[in-house]
Amino acid sequence: MGSLSKKDLKLITDPLADNNPITIQVLGICSALAITAELKASIVMSVAVLFVMGLGNLTISLMRNIIPSKIRIIVQLIVVATLVIIVDLVLKAFAYELSKTLSVFVGLIITNCIIMGRFEAFALANGPIRSFIDGVGNALGYAVILIIVGFFRELLGSGTLLGFKVLGDPIEKTGVYAFGYENNGFMLLAPMALVTVGIIIWVQRSRNNSLIEEN
Amino acid sequence: MAKNTDSNGYTIVFATAMVLIVGTLLAFMASSLKEKIAENKRIEKQQNILYAMGVNNNDETSVEFVSKKDVESDFSTYIVKQIVIEGEKETENDKAYLIDIKKEAAAAKDPSYVRKLPLFIGEKDNKEYYIVPVRGKGLWDAIWGYVALDNQLVIQGVYFDHAGETPGLGSNIKERFFMDDFTGEHIMDGDTFKGVAVSKGNADPKNLRKTDFAVDAISGSTITGDGLAAMLKKDLKLYIPYLQNLKK
Repeated sequence: MGSLSKKDLKLITDPLADNNPITIQVLGICSALAITAELKASIVMSVAVLFVMGLGNLTISLMRNIIPSKIRIIVQLIVVATLVIIVDLVLKAFAYELSKTLSVFVGLIITNCIIMGRFEAFALANGPIRSFIDGVGNALGYAVILIIVGFFRELLGSGTLLGFKVLGDPIEKTGVYAFGYENNGFMLLAPMALVTVGIIIWVQRSRNNSLIEEN
Repeated sequence: MAKNTDSNGYTIVFATAMVLIVGTLLAFMASSLKEKIAENKRIEKQQNILYAMGVNNNDETSVEFVSKKDVESDFSTYIVKQIVIEGEKETENDKAYLIDIKKEAAAAKDPSYVRKLPLFIGEKDNKEYYIVPVRGKGLWDAIWGYVALDNQLVIQGVYFDHAGETPGLGSNIKERFFMDDFTGEHIMDGDTFKGVAVSKGNADPKNLRKTDFAVDAISGSTITGDGLAAMLKKDLKLYIPYLQNLKK
């Protein structure tokens, strides 16, 4: 297929910044709040969504001319659910430990609004290759925000990153804890994820005025 | 497109075909992978039981089971006896670890049913371990685990797992910093059964007090923690009449 055309490349770069699914389209907030208390969970979820969105967009795009418009939402839901269940079954049989880490995310992936949003907005109207690229792009945009939020919540909430105690030990009082620093347990709760996403939106809009809506 | 994809007839045909295709595909996948999945679950059970009694490949902070390759032989080396307790009577059964705790608990709601209680007796370095399976409810879904006791009914190790607790919060019950706190905790106050509570603000974060019947809770996972404490209370209690006899 050669190198990507400029138009195709935009499908990947746009969702990373100026058309980010979370901060601009405000989709997929539910899972962004639920699972970002830890960086590791954010990464696992991002990879899973990347996989399902790429393949889902591809499948829907291939079927786009035969899907009856009256039941298209149901058809989309079935495609996502089938993909997720197949992946879950295969992992359970061949990579059992990995499947245990992923199992809690399965429900969250099926109901992720970004996936349905991209099927509706893009895959139903575009060819399979472009749809696939669009799915990957949007999943990456989702991943960036998830990882940023997960990074700050784990660092400030638990004082760890990927489980490593980067700030010292809060019980033994080493590292920054020796100077009276305390973990902010509030960061681990869902409301602070919303505040963190809010701050990201604020920073992004103050850097790029064209994103601010006129009233 | 020549086809009219909006007609009712086409919609019904499409929906039927899609359901048939997807249904067949999933049923085929599920049944062809069933045996492999069941085998994985069986191995996991053995690994979990061994983990609770301290047979594992842990380093400083990781949770590492004995390898899949060694699990069969380790299980037969370290687990010297498996028994099933039914009321007053106890029978030896080397398939006891396959008893479905969930089904037994459901059946036991009928008062005339005598519940089968599996108990695994392990031996390591000339010390005996009594490993009790437990199962309860967390915030979203089931939680379960194995608790290894010595003959004085002091906890020697635990393993907990869950089906769908919140990642980063309730899911931490299967992390070392939480599970390790249980080691050395007492569950009996004299002859009275107390269990182990998961308590907030018990001012003992290093878990130095082993006879306070409590371990430090995880922030943000109150309901998972409470469910875990309730599970220990409910299921360990069932074994107390049998285990009390060992003490004497």
